[in-house]
Amino acid sequence: MQIIFFLLAATALISGIMVVIQVNPVRSALFLVLNFFALAGIYLLANAQFIAAIQIIVYAGAIMVLFLFVIMLLNLRQPEEGGAQQHLGQKIFGATLAGGTAALVIYTISKIKLPPGKEMVEGFGTTEMVAKSLFTEYLLPFEATSILLLVAVVGAVILAKSRLD
Amino acid sequence: MVMPITYYLALSCALFAIGVIGVLIRRNAIIIFMCIEMMLNAVNLSLVAFSDYYKAIDGQMLVFFVMVVAAAEVAVGLALIYVIFRNKGTVYVDELNIMKW
Repeated sequence: MQIIFFLLAATALISGIMVVIQVNPVRSALFLVLNFFALAGIYLLANAQFIAAIQIIVYAGAIMVLFLFVIMLLNLRQPEEGGAQQHLGQKIFGATLAGGTAALVIYTISKIKLPPGKEMVEGFGTTEMVAKSLFTEYLLPFEATSILLLVAVVGAVILAKSRLD
Repeated sequence: MVMPITYYLALSCALFAIGVIGVLIRRNAIIIFMCIEMMLNAVNLSLVAFSDYYKAIDGQMLVFFVMVVAAAEVAVGLALIYVIFRNKGTVYVDELNIMKW
């Protein structure tokens, strides 16, 4: 199990770095799909089967297809990062700051002592248990998400039809 | 055999940092958007890890709602990027300064 975790974690990290350094946005999007699949595998290891399935369906399926559609619709000019040397100092400073903060947080995480975890519950993370919680305790937020999605759809349609200036 | 939660949290933190670096150093608005998605996923990972650690389903509920919000955000955000491209002919954030005084 540990080996599977480290393989998936390495896949997620490497594909994440590739998303950032790839010049072509289509390749970035495809590496992001790989990243999402690796994360779905890690969710399975963490007893979250329903979330893993949703991750693949919603993220790797729907959201990334939308990204690829928009990338192909925009027809970006090919010599992409023309001014890659622009603001080089700021970029290095920002990346160093982000990396240093992450290193500090990881160091802190390795030092903290959490209260001991709970024992395994029968059927934890299955669709049945998630659905039971979703339709009793979290019914109001669940219904509110439908309004949110409706607003997003209407907003996207109006934006895509409108002209700026 | 149970994985220590520290590993999940460290991976989540590293992924979040990669997303932050991507947002800071890239110029293409679409790739910046993808990096934001990666950061949302990193947060989801730590929520799932804690949910598994304390065997509380609430963390997974929160992940579900984060995914819904991410889907709505992508729909609106990509529509915005599309409109900006149609009007300005570019999606590079350093060339977009219409809100700059």
